[in-house]
Amino acid sequence: MPNKIRILIAKPGLDGHDRGAKYIARALRDAGFEVIYTGLRQTPEAIAAAAVQEDVQWVGLSCLSGAHNSLFPRVVQLLKEKNAPDIKVFGGGVIPADDIPGLKAAGIKEIFTPGTSSQQVVDYINQN
Amino acid sequence: MNDLTDKIIAGDIRAIARGISLAESGQPEAVELLKDLYPHTGRAYLIGITGPPGGGKSTLVDKLIKIYREQKKKVGVLAVDPTSPFSGGAILGDRVRMQKHATDEGVYIRSMGSRGHLGGLALATSDAAKILDAAGYDIVIFETVGIGQSEVEVAGRVDTTVLVTVPGLGDDVQVLKAGTMEIADIFAINKADREGTERCVIELEQLLSVKEMDENTFLPPIIQTIAKDNQGTAELTGAIEKHRDYLNSGGRLAEKRKKRIQDEVHTIITNQLDKWAALRLTHDMETRENLDDIYSKKTDPYTVAGDIIKELQI
Ligand code: B12
Ligand SMILES: Nc1nc2c(ncn2[C@@H]2O[C@H](COP(=O)(O)OP(=O)(O)OP(=O)(O)O)[C@@H](O)[C@H]2O)c(=O)[nH]1
Ligand SMILES: [Mg+2]
Repeated sequence: MPNKIRILIAKPGLDGHDRGAKYIARALRDAGFEVIYTGLRQTPEAIAAAAVQEDVQWVGLSCLSGAHNSLFPRVVQLLKEKNAPDIKVFGGGVIPADDIPGLKAAGIKEIFTPGTSSQQVVDYINQN
Repeated sequence: MNDLTDKIIAGDIRAIARGISLAESGQPEAVELLKDLYPHTGRAYLIGITGPPGGGKSTLVDKLIKIYREQKKKVGVLAVDPTSPFSGGAILGDRVRMQKHATDEGVYIRSMGSRGHLGGLALATSDAAKILDAAGYDIVIFETVGIGQSEVEVAGRVDTTVLVTVPGLGDDVQVLKAGTMEIADIFAINKADREGTERCVIELEQLLSVKEMDENTFLPPIIQTIAKDNQGTAELTGAIEKHRDYLNSGGRLAEKRKKRIQDEVHTIITNQLDKWAALRLTHDMETRENLDDIYSKKTDPYTVAGDIIKELQI
């Protein structure tokens, strides 16, 4: 059996909106991936540590509170410090279009905003 | 001996995580890794936490981690959740309850999908435990999937099995009667804040009273816990310690582990034979013809199987 794709879905910061994260987690499960869900209110440190322990290929961050500009890049940074720069970070939530280039420059691979279909996300993972 | 082995023995988290993925993949390199690590195993104490879905297993594990960390022990957790038989995917959510330990260097938590393996664990859970053992974890906790009446595999894989049950499951101990009861070294009645706890204790005691006993039997204690409020959890680790002492006296632990080794070797043999047979039956032309001959009644399944087994020279 080849290695199964494992994806950590996490909600960084104090944001309590978890519908999107759960929706994406279920969609990824239904597409055959192993999804590790860590629950609400995670620090970037806890997310990065969990990603390494779980040996995931992807970390998916969900943020609807507006704090994405500081939280997302921090996770990328911590993964580098943990000698795990190969773990890819992507995310979604209520994120203004103007912020996306900056997030990508900081190492976030892709951002999905409200209205994204689950198929788009599944296709993205399968293609990358 | 390769780099990965050395790093695992040195306790490198990334290496441990990689090693477990390798074991899960079932690739030949995994066997090499496990062979190299094997001499370094045997120090860790293995604890199984099992019980019905939603009984509070993960919440309880979270509290056990806390207690063992206060004792300065390194703790590994292998938490198994079911894989969807339809998509092959899984949502592994046990970690949610334990995530506060994520940044503690002395705790390693790994979520595993059952990946079609029946019995309450994943196929690679015991191999993952060996990796953690070799890496220097003092305690390795297995959390099974939520079990029904037949998933008892964990008891054969760990040193102490804790069966978690909850009051108010209708006929409270129904689940236990039907075969899972025997696997418990310790009963934890969790959600003891709920109504019906007393009744649950009494029913369990009655069930235990008919158990055949002699001076060598360990009578499973019944511990009431409220995992979400961290109540009764010190009593639970105390009971685990008592069971450990019991096993440590009179060579019982060695006996139990030797039985486990026997099971393990047995499993390795049957798995390899199974693979061999599958290949043999699908890829050999002559065998395919024999199968057709069975259909047309020229021969029978017993003769054909017997002839194939003869090739193994047993
Ligand atoms: C439902 C909702 C709530 C519910 C949340 C229920 C829950 N458990 O999730 C409740 C009522 C609790 C709530 C509360 C609040 N909310 Co509210 N809420 C919403 C609302 C209307 C919809 C969010 C939602 O569930 N959408 C459905 C899901 C499926 O969509 P989604 O999360 O966007 O996810 C999609 C994509 O973004 C993407 N995605 C998301 N995450 C991820 C992750 C990955 C890895 C990937 C690949 C993709 C991805 O894929 C999904 C599918 O398309 C939004 C408005 C909006 N239009 O977004 C406001 C909104 C998010 N809320 C807002 C606010 C301000 C609040 C409160 C602070 C209000 C208050 N003053 O009390 C509180 C804070 C709660 C808290 N503790 O954090 C603001 C946020 C403003 C901001 N970002 O600057 C919004 C945008 C409303 C607004 N226009 O002002 N809220
Ligand atoms: N009332 C009460 N609820 C509890 C107690 N312990 C845990 N819970 C709750 O029970 C629910 C399930 O807890 P988990 O720890 O996830 O249970 P689990 O057995 O690990 O569940 P699965 O792994 O899904 O089978 C959660 O909502 C907990 O908060 C308790 O002692 N009392
Ligand atoms: Mg659980």
